[in-house]
Amino acid sequence: MTDPIKNRRFHMLVMPHLNSAFNLACWLTRSRHDAEDLVQEASLRAFRFFDGFHGDDARAWLLTIVRNTFYTWYQENHAQQQNTLFDEEFHSLDTTDAVDMHYRDNNPEKLLLRKDSERQLQQGLAALPLEFREVMVMRELEDLSYKQIAGIVDIPIGTVMSRLGRGRKLLAKILAPANQGE
Amino acid sequence: MEHSEIMELLPAYVDQELGIAETLTVQSHLDSCPECRREYAEQSALSKCVRTETAYFKAPPDLAARIAAHIPDTLPQDKPRRISLPSFPASWGLSSNLSWLQVGTAMATLLVAVWSAGLYLNLPTADDRITEEAISNHVRSLQADHLTDVASTDQHTVKPWFNGKLNFAPTVIDLAPQGFVLEGGRLDYLDGHPVAALIYRRQKHPINLYIWPANGKDAGPKAESSRGYHVVHWTADEMHYWAVSDVEESELLKFSGILRLATHQ
Repeated sequence: MTDPIKNRRFHMLVMPHLNSAFNLACWLTRSRHDAEDLVQEASLRAFRFFDGFHGDDARAWLLTIVRNTFYTWYQENHAQQQNTLFDEEFHSLDTTDAVDMHYRDNNPEKLLLRKDSERQLQQGLAALPLEFREVMVMRELEDLSYKQIAGIVDIPIGTVMSRLGRGRKLLAKILAPANQGE
Repeated sequence: MEHSEIMELLPAYVDQELGIAETLTVQSHLDSCPECRREYAEQSALSKCVRTETAYFKAPPDLAARIAAHIPDTLPQDKPRRISLPSFPASWGLSSNLSWLQVGTAMATLLVAVWSAGLYLNLPTADDRITEEAISNHVRSLQADHLTDVASTDQHTVKPWFNGKLNFAPTVIDLAPQGFVLEGGRLDYLDGHPVAALIYRRQKHPINLYIWPANGKDAGPKAESSRGYHVVHWTADEMHYWAVSDVEESELLKFSGILRLATHQ
């Protein structure tokens, strides 16, 4: 394959999934700034490996590379500090900064609780251990199938299911004290 | 299946990732087990909260440009080779420094490029895949003489039949006055989901209408054809609709038009 074609195919197949890559990167790194670097590095890696991509799911393929790049980076630099490292910008995000909030549920009870719960959910999800956080983000925010997630994380589909189940329970537990008395 | 096994399947049940058999098993267990019902409610409430109330971080606008700037237009090659086609007439002679070998190389490169582009254009999209799958389901439903699980021309019989079999309620409307007679309903499986299949008949032609929940935005009707069958699909009110039939495409489009009007009321 000649390079201009490779270049064009890459732009047509992979680049449209930059939002997904950035969203996952934000939730993995918990920092917009790190996420930008991570996505940039992962995209260039993706371009280098693009000759080896023969599938039809470019989004899952790119997310696999984003995730692998993150774990390499995480092990090298941040293993010790990660749990205490909180990015102010990420955590002080208000909803005007968070684009594409989709409100489908107009149940009045929910509307009342929404303002508070958004913030709590945001922080609760960010506080989940990585192994649960990543599958939750891929499932709930990226709407990937169990099969796609299993491929990206390289675990059996049954493990995707149990991690999602445990992740949701954990998040419920994190949110529970805050919800009391409301 | 035991209670503990059902409990473990609940996340996948919430996510509609179970097969039909398991879905039905879980469903009937839920009817009799308050503990699993609580767990199911918690799982689905949490899932819904995260989906609707957490931030989706879109890439900053300049990120794509920054990445593109790092991607070389042409990767460096071991032997840089420039192939310029000769301009008439001066270089089209023996004096040309472009040998026939080089022309041959250029042609070969062009051929590979065209072929690769062809391959790329032939890659099936998600819609193509569902179209093929929907047609196969349609054909199978006719072959196996299993067109309907519930045979009724009464929408008030067909709609409740789906209760407890699917975790959504499909809209069932009889269009007999418009020439599309409702014949019944069936459970089917499409694109990895359990789906409702409604069967209509236009004169002698059966129409399978597949319905399942969508997450995306509404999408207008799109018509496709394959293997002599026509498919019209659209997304409205968070539901996917795929109609398949051997009836003429214009008839199928008319069917979708009437249905879209009727369901929007």
